[in-house]
Amino acid sequence: MARALINVPPKAKVGDIIEIKTLVSHPMETGYRVGLGGEILPRNIIQTFTCAYNGEEIYRAEFSPAVAANPYLAFHTLAMETGTLEFRWTGDNDFLLVETASITVE
Amino acid sequence: MRALALALLLVAPLAQAGEIPAAERRSDTVTMSAELRAMQADDMANPASFWALDGQTLWDAKAGTSGKSCADCHGDAQASMKGVAARYPAFDGATGRVLDLEARINQCRTDRQGAPPLAMESRELLDLTTYVGLQSRGAPISSSDPRLAPAIETGRQLFSARQGQLNLSCAICHDDNWGRKLGGATVPQAHPTGYPIYRLEWQSVGSLQRRLRNCMVGMRAEPYPFGSDAYIALEAFLMFRAKGLPMETPAVRP
Repeated sequence: MARALINVPPKAKVGDIIEIKTLVSHPMETGYRVGLGGEILPRNIIQTFTCAYNGEEIYRAEFSPAVAANPYLAFHTLAMETGTLEFRWTGDNDFLLVETASITVE
Repeated sequence: MRALALALLLVAPLAQAGEIPAAERRSDTVTMSAELRAMQADDMANPASFWALDGQTLWDAKAGTSGKSCADCHGDAQASMKGVAARYPAFDGATGRVLDLEARINQCRTDRQGAPPLAMESRELLDLTTYVGLQSRGAPISSSDPRLAPAIETGRQLFSARQGQLNLSCAICHDDNWGRKLGGATVPQAHPTGYPIYRLEWQSVGSLQRRLRNCMVGMRAEPYPFGSDAYIALEAFLMFRAKGLPMETPAVRP
């Protein structure tokens, strides 16, 4: 089950540096491992992650097969205005997970 | 006679082992890196949270011919399962057997829910044991049932017995050499405070039996089958040995 945990401070002051933490449930199968029958396990990874703040992209990450399962990302941004943060993970096998979080900036 | 004398010589030092002084007993969380400790402490960073969340879903899901969920009998796990994992493995009066948490959940499924048992290390069983274990976080390990004594004694013997091609016992590492280095890793005291654990090496959550199997393969010994009485005896002994330490489920380990 694709699932993500997102931690965004619910409130901030204008100009505050806020920390955003995300954890996503994903096997991150490298494509280099062999299964019990000796067959190559097909690659199944998240390829990109983006975070948009009121529609504007503020953070992007590209993943490789070397990234561990259930990738955790923490990054910072400036709190500018009240609005929505949209988190988007895309990957192999048409993997798409979109989550949103709201923040109130005073 | 000579063989016996030799056997006694080999066994004699181990007869004393098994006793880490109470004051020195500690969870191996403290020897981990600061980063790993932070990962364990923050539910937002601990990947085992996914297992616990799925376990919560399963707790409320109906299963088997009875059409009942765990919650239908046990109610809110946060109240009914509080501290329960801290006293497992436990003696089951009805069957006269010692059951670990996995076996208890499967007994509940087959006897009460009318559902097939979950395979050891299956995602569903790990979800449920993680969720139930989570409710005991912070509770001191407290297995005090006198009926557990035979299992604990069997576990103690298994823990101290040499086995495998490397001719090691659990006690040689975890009683006699904890805190020292094995390769790059610190030898832990091996207290089962945080099971099921999220192990980075596994990239997944796993049970205490999986961890024991891992150690046995490392000693080049034949691992027991999952769910065997030998594992449950070892689990009972390890919990007895860790008495008083707080539960940390789900812990993170390297």
